Amino acid sequence: MVHLFEMKGKKIAFDSECSSIYVLDDLSYNLLERYRRKGGERPSETELLLFSRETETDPGEITEICDSFDGLISAQSLFAPRIEADYSTLYPDGPIIKAMCLHICHDCNMRCLYCFAGTGDYGTHNRSMLSAETGRKAVDFLVAASGERHHLDIDFFGGEPLMNWPVVTELTDYCERIGRRSGKDIRITITTNSLQLDREKSEFINKHMKNCVLSIDGRPDVHNRMRPGIGGTATYEPIRNHIRDFVKLRESEKSAYHEYYVRGTFTRHNLDFSEDVKHLAETLDARHISMEPVVSEPGTSYAIRDEDVYTIEKEYERLAEYLDMTRKTDKPVHFFHFKMDFEGGPCVYKRLKGCGVGSEYVAVTPEGDIYPCHQFVGEKEFLMGNVSGMEKISDKNGVLLPGRRVEDILDPTVRQMFFERLMPNRESCATCFARYHCGGGCAANRYFATGSLDEEYEIGCKLTKKRLECSIWLACVKQDADM
Amino acid sequence: MKHITIIHEANIKFPCSGKACGECQTSCQSACKTSCTVANQPCEADR
Repeated sequence: MVHLFEMKGKKIAFDSECSSIYVLDDLSYNLLERYRRKGGERPSETELLLFSRETETDPGEITEICDSFDGLISAQSLFAPRIEADYSTLYPDGPIIKAMCLHICHDCNMRCLYCFAGTGDYGTHNRSMLSAETGRKAVDFLVAASGERHHLDIDFFGGEPLMNWPVVTELTDYCERIGRRSGKDIRITITTNSLQLDREKSEFINKHMKNCVLSIDGRPDVHNRMRPGIGGTATYEPIRNHIRDFVKLRESEKSAYHEYYVRGTFTRHNLDFSEDVKHLAETLDARHISMEPVVSEPGTSYAIRDEDVYTIEKEYERLAEYLDMTRKTDKPVHFFHFKMDFEGGPCVYKRLKGCGVGSEYVAVTPEGDIYPCHQFVGEKEFLMGNVSGMEKISDKNGVLLPGRRVEDILDPTVRQMFFERLMPNRESCATCFARYHCGGGCAANRYFATGSLDEEYEIGCKLTKKRLECSIWLACVKQDADM
Repeated sequence: MKHITIIHEANIKFPCSGKACGECQTSCQSACKTSCTVANQPCEADR
């Protein structure tokens, strides 16, 4: 579908089916709107004559624009046909789990007010640590589940994973050994609040882990308000220092890996969050930043409300302007949600499959429980199984016994629940221009905001669309600068 | 086309196999974790 929008003086057309982007002048923008109303067909000669009179434009000029549009339409670069894909195309071998959020511990040394993990214990009142033994079973489970997939991903998550550092290092070593033995490329990410991130841990992460996500919310007052330590202590200063030192090491030639994200959360207390992105870039020298809208039950003082959406949309525009400004310097800042490759990026099937919750991606708790993703942990109706089941279906090295599959220890009803809700089946996504951008959106956001996997989380959808518009605008202004 | 500037033209790609290869990273493996952006994930088949 063709989406027309204006942003900061630019009139832009985006065809979501093929990712084409055009910048239009007033005349062609209004004319394309008429094409759109007719489902992508050229308006009749009478309609064009009327349009010519309304706009006081020479009919020959109108014909010239229409001929250009018609050429793009016949090349399927405008009003491109809808992409159809069935499950057998999206999952030719059935859903295959190949990514895992491994909860290194369900405890935390901070008490963030908005924590979806219940400050570490996921609402269980049981603070626990993953044992190396259960962690190895989880890795074995992932390798066994992954079939022919070569690239596997594990995120060491929490709670706060640095609180269980010996298990982090032991499992890293295990992943590397199992990867070599099984021929898999097991890529590790760690997500940390950075409070215990010292030089030794930073060097280990830089040597072994493909990605690192470091949490800090931005300006000192913003951060300290929502991310206090135990007892309400201020955590901004030590965390700022740790992340600044880490980023310097990570970006140096000494680091084996360079990918990282400094990641913040914004709430309705800091709707001017572009200032926090600037702060992270300018104070921590961070180049790769993400700033996420808070996930919260409706009704909390910090939850994003419907009436905040317009302010947030304008803030995303300010953020896009800031990124455009840094692009022209020797220290460009990259924002996770605006970092689009319109000339490449993932294939259309990836875009239709979305995040892979419960079908390609699972979370495993310190007790070995398997859930569709980290946000569903503790919601018993979504419990899929336990990695201890590997003892029944694998040998002492964690290799599957003949005739056994990991599906033997998974509840098929939970997987089916998410499989049936893939984006191609979602009615509200059918008419959305951002459908190939978010792949149907976050199931957990929908569930926690509305109580249902089927209802739309409307605020989330609006913000996703705005982020996509900002990405498109950035592509347009970049081309302006390159010309 | 003085009225129309082309920024990108028809870029969404189909895998050469005609099916999803499933090798690319899941979005929550990056910085997402609480929202869902999949269009910024790189294609692993390119590597």
